[in-house]
Amino acid sequence: MHLKYESQLREPLVNGEKTFHQVTEDIVRPIEAKPSRLWYIGFYIAVALLLFGIYSIYRDVTYGIGQWNLNKTVGWGWDITNFVWWVGIGHAGTLISAILLLFRQGWRTGVNRAAEAMTIFAVMCAGQFPIWHMGRVWMAFFVLPYPNTRGPLWVNFNSPLLWDVFAISTYFTVSLLFWYSGLLPDLATVRDRAFTKLRKRFYGVASFGWTGSTKHWQRHESLSLVLAGLSTPLVLSVHTIVSFDFATSVIPGWHTTIFPPYFVAGAIFSGFAMVQTLMVIIRKVFEMEDYITIGHIEAMNKVIVLTGSIVGIAYLTELFMGWYSQNKYEGYTFWYSRAYLFSPYGWSYWGMMACNVLSPQIFWFRKMRRNLFVTFFMSIIVNIGMWFERFVIIVTSLYRDYLPSSWSVYYSPTIWEVGFYAGTFGLFFTCFFLFAKYFPVIAIAEIKYVLKTTGESYKDKMGHLENVAPEVFAHSGHGHTVVENDGAAH
Amino acid sequence: MAKKKFVVGCFNDEAVLFPAVKKIRTAGYKIHDVYTPFAVHGLDHALGLRETSLHTAGFIYGVTGTSTAVGSISWILAKDWPLNIGGKPSFALPAWIPITFELTVLFAAVGMVLTFCYLCQLAPFVKKHHFHARATDDLFVMVIECTDKTNVDDLKSFLSNCGAIETDVQVAEDGWWLGRYDKNEILFENKQTVAAY
Repeated sequence: MHLKYESQLREPLVNGEKTFHQVTEDIVRPIEAKPSRLWYIGFYIAVALLLFGIYSIYRDVTYGIGQWNLNKTVGWGWDITNFVWWVGIGHAGTLISAILLLFRQGWRTGVNRAAEAMTIFAVMCAGQFPIWHMGRVWMAFFVLPYPNTRGPLWVNFNSPLLWDVFAISTYFTVSLLFWYSGLLPDLATVRDRAFTKLRKRFYGVASFGWTGSTKHWQRHESLSLVLAGLSTPLVLSVHTIVSFDFATSVIPGWHTTIFPPYFVAGAIFSGFAMVQTLMVIIRKVFEMEDYITIGHIEAMNKVIVLTGSIVGIAYLTELFMGWYSQNKYEGYTFWYSRAYLFSPYGWSYWGMMACNVLSPQIFWFRKMRRNLFVTFFMSIIVNIGMWFERFVIIVTSLYRDYLPSSWSVYYSPTIWEVGFYAGTFGLFFTCFFLFAKYFPVIAIAEIKYVLKTTGESYKDKMGHLENVAPEVFAHSGHGHTVVENDGAAH
Repeated sequence: MAKKKFVVGCFNDEAVLFPAVKKIRTAGYKIHDVYTPFAVHGLDHALGLRETSLHTAGFIYGVTGTSTAVGSISWILAKDWPLNIGGKPSFALPAWIPITFELTVLFAAVGMVLTFCYLCQLAPFVKKHHFHARATDDLFVMVIECTDKTNVDDLKSFLSNCGAIETDVQVAEDGWWLGRYDKNEILFENKQTVAAY
């Protein structure tokens, strides 16, 4: 316990003079205050989009997915593009809360709670696409292996599409459990401050009767650590399996072994961009600049430039292999359908290149990484780029298949395909607005835990520790009163 | 479930709390629990609590998930309804790894969370006695169980000497009951049960 020490040289994670109570006040304030006009405007726009999406889906079920512009060769269009896009976005939260926990990255505490919430909502949005794409959606339960009266005829466990069902549903469940178990202590904090009856009741139910007992905290820590350990390979497996949907087929442009790492890097890239979009807004609207500092923003921008470059390397490798394999179908897909600017979809390929590979390079400059406007603008650019990436992969590989007579006319979506996509934005932001209003957007207990070692006002006091001999430091309570533990096993 | 008498001492600094825990325990008092707003590392050892076995339970759930997946898929695809897919073997273990992995994680995670909630008795609509409302905000609340021999005033002044900023005596239900946080009802009232001491 006493080995937690941070150099004064490191940027503080919490700015300003804060006490534990001040932390509670700052983070719970938006929950207890009346929502602002801006919140209402945003919320109503989100609900309107959601309603439009619901209407699009209603038409989809009534008239069938024939109302989409899919055709004989382009059987996957906007819907699967959007599915992969949302799943990718849904990777950042668990990455931040699990992988960065294992890597002992202290800065994750400022952003993990909102990022996890974002993950859950993004996966909810993603799930809509394969479900409604089934057409006869009332048969959706056929994807589950259950003893049935048709044989029983089982699902095909060798199929990547079924792997996807298991991967996405497991990912959603585990992320939800991880997020909510972490929320329990913070909901209890809100409950114990509540002064209205309704709030007492709501947070009383939601916090499961959490008391803060030492034994409960001990189990809670163990639970978080193991869930983080489980989620780490899980988050990598999910987008790997999504990439298998493509990679195990024999479509030129899809049939490649580079897909799993390339998809995972792309997922982290777009997920972090979405986290940036939301964080830049949240820290401003909720006045949480002291907790989500420029240092946090910079750390995430570093991840963005890293993963963006990994994705860039993957694009170039694919192009190289398209030529080096001397396979004419691969060559046609990569060098005509994609990389040739004047081919029907060439514009989308170069849009992707510009958004994903070229523009994030701006983050090599510290000044740009720490600039909020650049960050916000880039976070949107990156997500547009990542949408193009999935569109490029899906449509440019499909619209001209092996048989020229079946080559499709130019595929462009109908308003109902677009409406469905807009609807998932509505779902995402409706959920996020409700979360931001009714739940603590920052992990209160975790911030309190790191406050004394990484808070601005506490860092100075740690200076004298630099001169303490390691043996003394390791066995004393940071030079305060010497703590003699009877257990002392650690 | 029984009502018991507790002496409550509130601390506002971890650095004061640790020596206090040590002194109280050396003096022979039984610490019922310490309620903290965040996980204070090392406090469990200072209180003499044993390590939790939750992670072992997680491992067992994980192994259950693995065997469930391998067992059911191999029965389904190799025995119950073998499919001839290009003459490939029905028992296609490599193709089952993704689902096996997912089910391992799913069983471990769900099992652990349920076990955690069971062990800590956490569930919606469960209510417990809270010794101090600020225990989830900024106070470290030490709760000491009284016996027949406990001199409450001595203990209170002892706590204050150890650095407690606030001391208090409460008679409280130490278990949980189904209740609401917007109402101050106390169940199990005047129940004639033999107290633990």
